[in-house]
Amino acid sequence: MTYGIVIVSHVPEIAAGLPKLLTQVAAHIDITHAGGTDDNDIGTSMLKISSAFDENTADELLAFYDLGSAKMNLEMAIEMADKPVHLYNTALIEGAYTAATLLEAGVSLPDVEKQLKPLVIK
Amino acid sequence: MLTPEIARLWLNHFAALIDDNKAHLSDLDTPIGDADHGNNMARGMVALTEALQAKPDLDLAGVFKASAMALISKVGGASGPLYGTAFLEMAKTAKNSADLPTLLDAALAGVIKRGGAEVGDKTMVDAWTPLVKATHDGTLSQAVIDEAVASTEPLVAKKGRAAYLGERGIGHRDPGAESTGYLFKALLETEGTL
Ligand SMILES: Nc1ncnc2c1ncn2[C@@H]1O[C@H](COP(=O)(O)OP(=O)(O)OP(=O)(O)O)[C@@H](O)[C@H]1O
Ligand SMILES: [Mg+2]
Repeated sequence: MTYGIVIVSHVPEIAAGLPKLLTQVAAHIDITHAGGTDDNDIGTSMLKISSAFDENTADELLAFYDLGSAKMNLEMAIEMADKPVHLYNTALIEGAYTAATLLEAGVSLPDVEKQLKPLVIK
Repeated sequence: MLTPEIARLWLNHFAALIDDNKAHLSDLDTPIGDADHGNNMARGMVALTEALQAKPDLDLAGVFKASAMALISKVGGASGPLYGTAFLEMAKTAKNSADLPTLLDAALAGVIKRGGAEVGDKTMVDAWTPLVKATHDGTLSQAVIDEAVASTEPLVAKKGRAAYLGERGIGHRDPGAESTGYLFKALLETEGTL
């Protein structure tokens, strides 16, 4: 079983930038992202999120997001996804960074989730 | 009983009302949000009318499904998944019923499922809830719509962008409630729906 990470933000640059921070500590974890609307405006796109799921080679995904519609579009993409996706309501950067670090160290999903709990803010 | 033809007239009229009031909706979204509700909705409604035009032979479920997919893929803000889920739930229900209040029950349940908001949270749910009820009671009127939409003004938002403002949002009308008002105004103004 391999775990991957998906980052969703309203802003294309945020979605593309955060994986740079994560890859530094998680070179072996597949991290994909979806940022902005289909026209790269500020917002989120269910289609882009579905593509980020498909592009990720891991068997099971951990998803982190910034605000509002990102969560709703994630949930819709999850309903249509063909692999399990876990959605976390943590602070985006801290949550994704924690998951990346622990997954790279081979920590089990339940233990990763235990460490994500205090980072839940929404 | 709602026919596919009447549903198209209703949705196209909704699209026209959104387009006419695009700037107003974004203005409402300025003090308590990110100033994009009118643009988000207008972008989605262009996609919706194009999708319906491209497929002239849809049944009732098909009309709602095509509308839902257009909004889900084109809106870009919270209103996309919310209205998108509303129409998707209407599409599912339309397979067994063409009764408008029954369809609207499914739509409202979809909005609540997707956004998790309750009445009083200063969202579109505050408009949807009494207006769906008015279609059951046969009491839908412009006055009822205005009252439902205005009911969001004194509230403190618990969901959406406005929630970050807390009590500072009091006195401002929720933009999503206003656009929901147009959906029901379009019903009032489309013959054969009620
Ligand atoms: N969780 C929710 N439940 C119900 N309605 C909501 C919720 N969140 C937002 N809304 C409604 O959506 C409207 C805002 O729609 P808009 O298209 O402007 O999306 P947005 O908030 O800018 O999206 P985003 O989350 O991408 O920033 C609000 O006025 C409110 O009525
Ligand atoms: Mg907005």
